[in-house]
This record gives sequence, C-alpha cells and structure tokens, in this order.
Amino acid sequence: MKRVLTAIVSLFIVSTAVFAITQILPGSAATVVLGTAATEEAIKNIEAQLGLNRSLWKQYLDYLVGLATLNFGVSLTSQKPVIGMILPRFVRTLQLALVTTGLTIITAIPLGVIAAKKRNSKIDHLITTSTYLGMSLPSFVTATLLLLVFTSGSLAFFPSGGYIPISQSVVGWLQHIFLPALSLTVVVMAYVLRQTRSSLIETLESKYIRTARLKGVDESKVLFNHALRNGLLPTVTVLAINFGWMMGAVVIVEEIFRYPGIGELVVLAIRNRDLPVLQASVLVPSAAFIFANLTADIVYTWLDPRITLGDNQ
Amino acid sequence: MTTKENNWTVDRPSWKQRATNLVFANPQVTIGLGIIIPVILLSIFGNMITPHDPLTTHPVDRLEPPSGQYPLGTDHLGRDILSRLFLGGQTTLLIGFTSTALAVILGVPIGLVSGYFKGTTDEVLMRIMDIVMSVPTLLLGLLILVALSSSMFNLIMAIGIVFTPRLARITRSVTLSESKQSYVLAAKARGESHIHIMFREILPNVKSPIIIESSIRVGYAIMVGASLSFLGLGSGPPYPDWGFMISVARQYMYSSPWFLLWPSLALLVVIMATNILGDGLKDALNAETSGERRCLIQITITRCSK
Repeated sequence: MKRVLTAIVSLFIVSTAVFAITQILPGSAATVVLGTAATEEAIKNIEAQLGLNRSLWKQYLDYLVGLATLNFGVSLTSQKPVIGMILPRFVRTLQLALVTTGLTIITAIPLGVIAAKKRNSKIDHLITTSTYLGMSLPSFVTATLLLLVFTSGSLAFFPSGGYIPISQSVVGWLQHIFLPALSLTVVVMAYVLRQTRSSLIETLESKYIRTARLKGVDESKVLFNHALRNGLLPTVTVLAINFGWMMGAVVIVEEIFRYPGIGELVVLAIRNRDLPVLQASVLVPSAAFIFANLTADIVYTWLDPRITLGDNQ
Repeated sequence: MTTKENNWTVDRPSWKQRATNLVFANPQVTIGLGIIIPVILLSIFGNMITPHDPLTTHPVDRLEPPSGQYPLGTDHLGRDILSRLFLGGQTTLLIGFTSTALAVILGVPIGLVSGYFKGTTDEVLMRIMDIVMSVPTLLLGLLILVALSSSMFNLIMAIGIVFTPRLARITRSVTLSESKQSYVLAAKARGESHIHIMFREILPNVKSPIIIESSIRVGYAIMVGASLSFLGLGSGPPYPDWGFMISVARQYMYSSPWFLLWPSLALLVVIMATNILGDGLKDALNAETSGERRCLIQITITRCSK
C-alpha cells in the first residue's frame, strides 16, 4: 500500500516537473500556431483562446485537473485533442515493448541459464563476451545497421519502416515490428542475460542447493525446481528497469524505423514546439515506467514471500 | 580506522604499487585502459598526423570509399573521415567524462549527506532521486535540452543531472553501513564537524564503489550523449561528434556505407572498452577492499600479517 502511495506521489511530482520545464521553453505557443509573421492582435486572441493569459498558478491547476481526467489539452499544430493522438501511438509503443520483452525472455534467460550452468567453460565465455557487444552498441547504431542490412540489397526481408495493425495482417504487423524490436532486444538481452547468469550462479552455490544435491535430487530438478525460482527473482527487477529504458529508447528507434509510436511523437512535438503534445508524450511513458516498477515490486513479493512491501531496507 | 590517526602505521602498499597492481593484475582493466588511453591520445593528437584538415571540404571527392588518399574515405562534403573521427572523438569523450564528473560532484555529496544524517533528510533526498530516476533517461535528457536549448554545455548538464541519482544512491548505501563503524563514532566523540566526518573520514573509505560506478557511467554517458546529438540536440556542425556524424551519414547510408560504419565502430569500441574497464575495476577493487577489511580486522588483535 505504501508503494502504491509512493508511486502516486512520484507521478504527481513528475507531472509538476514536466509542467515547469515546458514553461521555460523558448518561444510563445501563440507563434507556434500562427507563425512568426502574426499580428500583435491575432497573438493576443490566440493566447486568450489557449488560456495563456491566465496566471501561471491557474494554468498549473487547470493542467493538473486535466491530467486527473486524462485531458491533455489540444495540440497546437493539429488542433486535435492530445489524448486522441497519444492513445493509439502509446498502444503501438506498448506492442513494441511487449515484443521486445518476449524476444528477450525467450533468448536471454535460456542463454543465461546455460552460461551459469557451464560456468567458466568456453560457451560461458562466448556468451558473456557477446553481452559486451549488446551493452556497448547504442540502439541508434544497431537500428541503423539493421536498417542498412535488412531493408536493401540481397537481404531485404523487411520493409524500411511504418506500421500495419495486427488486425489487418499478422504477417505485415510482424514484419514491421520485428526490426525495431530486435534493435531494442540486443541491448535489453545483454543486461537480462548477465543478471540471470550472476544471480543463478549465486543461487547454485547456496546451501539449500547443496542440500538438495546431497539428498540425491536429480540435477535437472535441482536447476528447474529449486534454483530457477530464486535465481530469476532479480531478473524481474532488471526487466522492469529495462522497460523504463525502452520507454526512452523508443524515441530513437521509432524515429529511425518511422514507427508511429509515442517516441516518434516526442520528436515531432519538439520539432513543432507543440507543448501539450510534448507534456503528454513525456508523461505517459514515465507513468508507464512508474507502473512497471510497481508491478515488478508486487510480482517480486508474490515470487518471494519473505519480502514484504512497505518496509524497504 | 583511517591510517593517519593510528600511532602505528599499517604496512600498506604505496599508491604506485597499488596502481600497477590494479592495471596489470586484472586482464579486463588492462584491456579497457589499453583501448581508452590510445583513443584519448588519438583524439587529442591524431589530427597532427592525418594528411587532411577535418573541416576542409573537397567538393570533387564527395562520399569516396577508403583509398590511399583518404584512409577511411570522405563524407558528403568531401571532408576526410579519419580526421573528422579524431576531432569528433574530442567532443564525444569530453561529453562522456565531464558529464560523469558532474554526476559525481552532485551525486556523491547528496549520497553522503543522505547516508550520514539518515531520517527525514535521507527520506526527502532519496525520494527526489527516485523521482528523477522515474523519468526514462533519454526522455529526461531530451526535456532538459529542449528547455535549455542545445549546446555542448547544456548537453553535459543534462547528462550530468540524469546520472546524479545513480551515484547518490550508491554513495548513500555504502555511507549507511560505513557510518556505523567505530572510526566514525570516534570522530563524533572527538567533536569533529559533520563536514569533516563526511568528507575526510567516510569519503576515503567509500571511494571504491564510487570509482566503480563512475567508470561504468562514462560508457553510458557517451552513449546518451551520442544518442541526443543523433537526435540533433548536440553541439551541432561543423564540429562533429560521433552521434551527429552517424545521423548525417544515415542519409547517405545506401550509397556510402563506409561513412556510416566508421563512427559507429568508433562508438562501439570506446563504449565497450569503458564497460570492460568498469567490470575489471569492480573485480579488482572489490578484491582489494575485502583484502583490506580482513587486514583491518586483524589489526585489532595483532598487527596485520600481510
């Protein structure tokens, strides 16, 4: 319960901070709507229409009330409600994050288990060394290189960008989502793999595993029934942290693959100085991250009943 | 427990010995430094040995592949990529190191105060840090840069602020356990000021985890810096950093993949080297501190046998 409260408080403060930062943005919102050649009078009119002539305090209160009712205001460039622009894009970004997480789980966890099981063998060294590659490649480099290799020439298996809804064509959806998801997976996988390996090694050295082995429990049973449940606990946290990383990295990956998600919207909003859109497109992923952390904490206690929420440390 | 207060000196190896041990005992540290130091030297002095000026355009030789004349080829304006890579290295590395330094300067005092005073101070400071961390790194950097307008200085500020909570957290957690040690209680009993206890007594004893964390952060800082300038929020032309070079090269990637490949490779090598170095330092310094700990426990009984 205390965790939920903390999450709500952070959400409130993050939204305040976003409001404060966007207030010091250079350039008036009215000039965004009308262009720089607008007359004095037209600017006054628009400012009144947008409510910019109110006091800062009033603007802030209205902004908070808006947030609480999921009303993010109206876009300065398209004149449409922001919520309508954000929602479909956020759903697409979530799809991307889910496919990435799925790809990560089916690749990183088995590889991590193998590396831990065959510690210090050649396979372990190969796996561990290759994680350096994933950790060291900025996602914009991976994305660009994937784009270069798989969308032109003899290996052109994928379209160079865009999006097709899954309801329209499953294959098309997969084709469009695969490369962006893969460029995110390369990074996330490296972290999840390393965490899985190191925590599983620690678990395999613990006393209860030794006891199980001495009892004559089958080695594969030791691994899957005894070790994995504890050994995978920290992996849950790493997955949640990486969800937050993804919410930032999508800005770059979506821009490169022209994937119409929330990240591409951030870049658009910055380019157009579209304040309400920018506020919402930073807030929504941040809120999602806070929510992901909360979920990870709850999953954690569910997997490990020894940990109770509320008294951390 | 700090050596200067003891009447009897502990036989500690000199810092020179410790440094040589550190560099050569752990192969990861050797490899990491073996890559980073030459890269730093090349970015500073590299342009003295390259035949072309990084800013001179050669309109005839645009997007050339690697050749005898241009070792790594030329970019879209016919500038020599090798010299531009060296010049870009200066910006990229400068951003990485200074923003990490800023995160250390901001984060370490926050962590010390938080871990030393505990209670409400700790609660408030750590909640603030949590909140900074709850905004995804790249989004926060982006937001700060949009508000402050993009320049090299602001880029460093943005990355520094984004990474502050991580250093504060690490420092806090080690300070918490350290402040229960008897040497801290002794210093309190002597009536030393809080500032003295935090910075002169505790800080020297918690420096290892701080060094480890910041060496890992340098790689991230380079990555975030490159990502932000890839989005056009960096220092901008004509002074290239690798992220910006990649974003320009992307427009010509099908006709001239070399242009794209070189800065990508440079980034990969440098970030990988810092990651390897960070891992190596973690192993080496952890081994060192645990050895020292054992030694210090022995001191209370007899002289350290080491």
